[in-house]
Formats: sequence, structure tokens, C-alpha cells
Amino acid sequence: MGTLAHEKSGGTAAVPVFLAVGDSALAVQFGEAVDPEANRKVIALAKALDLHPITGVVDSVPTYRSLLIYYDPACLRGAALEQALKVRLAQLECSAEVARLWQVPVVYGGAVGMDLAVLSEEKGMSAEALIALHASAEYRVYMIGFAPGFAYLGGLPDALHTPRLHIPRQSIPAGAIGIGGQQGSINSIAGPSGWRFVGWTPWRAFDPERAAPFLFAAGDRLRFVPVSASEGARIAEDIAAGRRSATPEVAQ
Amino acid sequence: MSLEILSVGPMLSVQDHGRHGHMRFGVPRSGAMDRPAMDLANALCGNPLHRAALEFTALGGNFRAGRTMRIAVTGGDCEIRIGQRVLAAGQSHSVSVGDVVKIGALKGATWGYLAVSGGVAVPEVLGARATHLRFALGGVEGRALKVGDVLPLGEDDGSTLCLRLRDPMPRPGPLSPERPIRVVLGPQDDHFAAEVLARLGSARFTVTPKRDRMAMVLGGATLPAARGHDIVSDGIVAGAIQVPASGQPMVLMADSQTTGGYPKIATVISADLPRLAQMPVGAELRFEVVTRDIAEDILLAERARIRDCLAGLVPASGALLGSGFLLSCDLVGGIVDPEAVMGRDLERLEGEQT
Repeated sequence: MGTLAHEKSGGTAAVPVFLAVGDSALAVQFGEAVDPEANRKVIALAKALDLHPITGVVDSVPTYRSLLIYYDPACLRGAALEQALKVRLAQLECSAEVARLWQVPVVYGGAVGMDLAVLSEEKGMSAEALIALHASAEYRVYMIGFAPGFAYLGGLPDALHTPRLHIPRQSIPAGAIGIGGQQGSINSIAGPSGWRFVGWTPWRAFDPERAAPFLFAAGDRLRFVPVSASEGARIAEDIAAGRRSATPEVAQ
Repeated sequence: MSLEILSVGPMLSVQDHGRHGHMRFGVPRSGAMDRPAMDLANALCGNPLHRAALEFTALGGNFRAGRTMRIAVTGGDCEIRIGQRVLAAGQSHSVSVGDVVKIGALKGATWGYLAVSGGVAVPEVLGARATHLRFALGGVEGRALKVGDVLPLGEDDGSTLCLRLRDPMPRPGPLSPERPIRVVLGPQDDHFAAEVLARLGSARFTVTPKRDRMAMVLGGATLPAARGHDIVSDGIVAGAIQVPASGQPMVLMADSQTTGGYPKIATVISADLPRLAQMPVGAELRFEVVTRDIAEDILLAERARIRDCLAGLVPASGALLGSGFLLSCDLVGGIVDPEAVMGRDLERLEGEQT
């Protein structure tokens, strides 16, 4: 069903493609692989549509390499939306990133970070070295999906890539810091998971009672900052008591 | 101002039109599995359509009215009783304080709706009252309703008029096998060989017991993907037909997650998704591929048809026109001068007679 959004211009990477998603949604796909460049374009298009809405577009969902756009065919037919998007895509600018940067406190190891010891053994490094490596990288929030507020993180150092478990564990708490394949994650709700876990954060990525229920958005940057277990507990208490809230380092 | 739950079937939850604007943060839309049926139930009770109602599976349950109210049950035919009174589905009925409404088993349908005048007024979570069980959002504590729950109700319009559709339910039953479920190919139809795409449009599928508010797994034909069953996760809509490694298609429904990593061969059109949702376990179905343009035309026509149905509700047969209705129509109480209603026709008639 794909129709080319752009004529292929010599040697450039992904050519955006329009994919019909039923009668009320359309995907603009910038490639087929996990790729920061494609993801930047996805987020740039999502922001352009938020800033200068197309009448009839009702919602959009950015993912790794495509933007799902919901529309109301009573206002705007899919074919007309494709024409409008072609114009937008021709003008699309992925300017230098001014994305928010979050410094996420993490208590490594312990009961929640149950895989820290076995992963450091597997990878032939000390637990301290694994923590230092995990905390050295800058991560990119590729998308929020799977569960409310669940951030998929790109930028995990190669040495930490680890396949998921074949049989998921039944109950992983919210706040658990995970590794799944080439990606990192911050659990946003408690539930079963096959990811491997190296620690936990006292921050809550999702809290429906909070004025801003979701901490992270696609395109955000993120770093992990190791803290002691007692410091982690103190941060959690402060947040619960309303004395402290999670805020980004660089606000837009 | 409440509705008390005295017994429940396998699944009873608060639903409405679902959450909007939070899908980019991973929040499923949720809401009624058969929205036209829930909209009808609300309209029969004189409610705005966005009010929350109760959705049940297979069996309704028993409910005690904490105030005078109107109720309506839709979605499928089922037995409804208040004491010795037997009530019809698909129209609204007056219920007195303390009455116990007993709702039996749905016949030939899967999702039933109980609306009450004023609507179910549980607090909104992320802009909606719809329950999402897996993520524990909305409804009562984000869970299925249970015996002993007492639901707060919103204020109703004060009317006691009971309504029904002008024409008997024009929608064909979900079991009519000659009507295919129509789909638009994509977004990942290019992951499937031509003969598999042809099979999608010709093979018989069945509704299996593996179904809930998130998805329906179909039996019958399998749809293997030539390019493998893993894709880089992308966005998902309700109606998406995704195919995991088993080749068994799975149609994603109201509570589906917002992203997923399986190829989606086609998308059920919006107008046909409620009919698919209502098919009982064991039902056979087939798909018919239509273009996006035709699917959009069908959706607009379907919306217009539903609008007409809801705009043309008439007083239920046998229902007494209560004083509330007469007052609401300004027919009693001397608000309007009779001459202003009758106009000058009366004078002329009288003149001709003399």
C-alpha cells in the first residue's frame, strides 16, 4: 500500500513512505530500522504538526522510524492528508537538538537490580565497571510505548547489549532500570517483563495523579546518575511527600 | 444517587468513549468495544453520548437502583426483569428507588451495555472514565466491577420519558455470515506473499476463545509472513490485524497497546469493527479487502446512519407519558398561550362553520 512521499533524491538515506492504517490513520515511515536519523525526522514531523496543525489531524504517535497520524475523514480524507504531508515533509527541518536532558538517579544492584551480578560476570567486568559504563552513555528516548510512560532508550553501549529472557519474570516493579537487546528502559508500571534489570530509580515515569502524568517524551535525552540506596530512598520519600519532583536539566 | 452491584457476570466494567491525546505517551484509548451500541443505550436514557455506561460480557448481573432512573440495555437481546416485570432490550425503562434490575445472558452477542440516566460518574482519569484493566486506569480503581460496588451517578435531565428506536434495530446480527468484515490492506502487507494476501480475502476464519478487550485471536487459516514476523515496533490502531510467528492472525481491539512489533497485514474498517467485536466464540467470518477511499466513504455513511437512528428515537410503546415529559415539552403549566400554538387556523375554521 506504500506510496512514495518524496522522489528519491540521489543517495540520501530513507525515503519517507505513506502507509494506509485503516480509514482513520496513516503512517509516515522514514525507514525500516532503528536509526537515530529516522527517529529525529519522525519527531520533527510530530512537532511540526503540533505547532502548525493540519485541520482534520486529531492525534499522532511517534515511534522509532514512523509517525502514526490519526485523522477524521469527515474533515480530511487520507488522500488529501498525504498531499498536505508532502508539503510539510519538503519543508521539514531537523534542527540541532534542543531536547530536554534528564539526569535520572539510579540505585544500582539490590533486589530490583537483580541481574547486575550475573551480567557483570557474563561480560567479564566488575559490577563497578558495568555501572560506570551504563552511567557513562547519553541515551535517547526513541519512543514511549508498550505501557503508559514506558521509555524505549537508544544509546546503550555495545558491551551491555543482552538478549531478553525467554520466560518473562512475573512481577517487576515500576522504576526498574532494564536492558533488552540493544535498548535500555525505565519501567513505568509494575508487571511481567523479560528484560534484564540492573537497578531502580526513585522517579516515577508515570503517575496519573500528577499534574504532568508522564515524565519522558520521544526525543528527550537521558543520563543515569548512580546514587546510594539511602539517597535513593530519601529521594523517593521526598517525591512522595511533595518536597521534590523530577525535573529535566535543560528545559526547552 | 447510586447504582449498587448485587451480582456480576464474568466481566463488568465502566466504559465511555475512551482516552484521547495520550497515545503518544503509551496510553491505550480503551472505551466501548461496540460504541454504536453504547451510544444507543445512552441516547435511550436521554444522556449525552460521552457519559459512561457499564459494559458486560455474556451475562449482565443484578443492580439495585439508589434513585428513580431510566435504564437501557443494548448490544444484544437478553432477558431483563424487575420483579415480575419483563423488560425489552433496546429501549429505556423507568426504575424506582430500591428496584432490583436483573439482566440475564446475551443471546448471539458478546458485549452488552447498561446505561442509566445521568451516566456513571466515577472520577475521570486522564480525561476519561473508561476502565483499562491491565494498566489499572479509570473505572473503579482501574478494575472490573464486583459485588458490593456502589457506583456514583451523574445528574440526569429529569425526564421520565422512555424511548425506543423508530424502526427495529436495522443493524444485521453479527452472525450473518454472508456479510464479510471489510479491511484495508496494510500497513505491512508488503511483508506477505501474494498468495497469502489472496488467502486473507478468501479463507474462512473463526472466532476463538482467546479474546478479551485487548485482542481477538482468529482460528482457521494462517497467514505466514514472507519477510518474518518481527518488525521494528511502530504504532497500532484498534482493528489492526497483526500476525505473530504462529501465523495466527490477531485483531487488536479497544484496549490494545499503542505500539507493537509484529507485521500488520491489514486493518479492519472502523464501521465493521463493532460487528467483529460482537461475534460469539466459534463464529465463522471472512474478510473482504476494500480501498482506503471506500472504507472512508463507508465510515461517513455509517456515522450518518447512526446519527439518524439516535435522532429519531420515539416514545417506547406502552410507556406512559409522565408529567415530567409533558412539562419538558411545555404542554402543561400555561407556559405557552394555546392560541400561540393553534395560530389563526382555528379562527378560520370557526368562521367557515358559522
